[in-house]
Amino acid sequence: MASTIQLEVVTAEQKLFSGLVEKVVAPGAMGDLGIYPQHTQLISRLRAGELKYTTPEGTQSLFVSGGVLEVQPTLVTVLADTGMRAEDLDAQAAQDAIKHAEDALQGKDPEDLDYEAIQAELEAAKAQMEMLHRIGKVRGR
Amino acid sequence: MAGAKEIRTQIKSIQNTRKITKAMEMVAASKMRRAQDRMNASRPYAQKMRSVVGHVANGHLEYKHPYTIERPTVKKVGYIIISTDRGLCGGLNVNLFKTAFQDIAKWKAQGVEVEIAVFGNKAANTFRRYGLAAQKTHMGDAPKIADMVGTIKVMLDAYAEGKIDRLYMVENEFVNSMTQRPQVTQLIPIAPIKDEAMNHYWDYIYEPESKGVIDALMQRYIESLVYQGVVENVACEMAARMVAMKSASDNAGKMINDLKLVYNKARQAAITQEISEIVGGAAAV
Repeated sequence: MASTIQLEVVTAEQKLFSGLVEKVVAPGAMGDLGIYPQHTQLISRLRAGELKYTTPEGTQSLFVSGGVLEVQPTLVTVLADTGMRAEDLDAQAAQDAIKHAEDALQGKDPEDLDYEAIQAELEAAKAQMEMLHRIGKVRGR
Repeated sequence: MAGAKEIRTQIKSIQNTRKITKAMEMVAASKMRRAQDRMNASRPYAQKMRSVVGHVANGHLEYKHPYTIERPTVKKVGYIIISTDRGLCGGLNVNLFKTAFQDIAKWKAQGVEVEIAVFGNKAANTFRRYGLAAQKTHMGDAPKIADMVGTIKVMLDAYAEGKIDRLYMVENEFVNSMTQRPQVTQLIPIAPIKDEAMNHYWDYIYEPESKGVIDALMQRYIESLVYQGVVENVACEMAARMVAMKSASDNAGKMINDLKLVYNKARQAAITQEISEIVGGAAAV
């Protein structure tokens, strides 16, 4: 029997996933992290990207952006700032967000600009687009 | 028929008032259901956050976050008070403020100063004389975390700079649609939850370095608690308004019945008088 680890994925607005999984791949701040059961304690920040988990039924993916990941030997907790299921991703909305952020970075007076927030927004939107390409919802580039 | 017309207009105006309170009751009821859904949706996050912070508090970490350290002397305490923007919700805000004032008075008796940040118009007006450190009002029925971070940051910065030594949150707890209980929650220092199973010596692997991760985690922890408080308070507001409007509608109905009785009595008395006058007049002829 394959050993499993409890995975909890929550955002401030909703619970995205809770259940036993065989493997988790999370977008850590320093690179993707592969987590198997009995992993040592780890705590990491998240960047925007795809969170993949493997259950006996197959592999599913979620989109998360920002937040904190905590690993205990039998438990993985993902506290995402924002997140959604892959099928809820919207290419049009992501494209609009990219355009909006780029406009904001170029147009206005640099004095009253919150660079960090816009940069984060831009990165999140780009990561969404990338994921959409990978799961084949949008063709061509 | 003395005063009959006055009574009729009075009945009419109370009927109009009842229409309004009835409508407000129904609006509040449907908004309450949505607010409750939001409250329940954000609960898992707060729960998971609490358990992760519990792990962190139980570990032997290389970096001790200032929020987990209790300062020996308290010179000034901070309060985040969460109220509604609008009135007509019964004693909800009054009870909350009473609890807050009692708690503040306790600190003042020990010679401790207070610093206050508020959410909601009602608290902003009530606590203005204390000199507010920060306030945020009119967040709507579906408050966003992004609207709150500014106010929260003011208080967290005050703690980091040593201006305040403790931070409390005062908000209403949603027990059920009939009961809302004001409560004071300690935000900082974070009270550790002891867990015997985690008593052995361990520490995390950090990515990137420990300070950044733990700082981000603690900031989110406080934000999630305040967000939960604000969302819960919206549900409380709607529930309290629903109950207040229901009793207002009931009272209006009672008043209409009473007035109708008075009106009919006056009408009958006038008719009786008229008949006796006619009879008396006929007898005299």
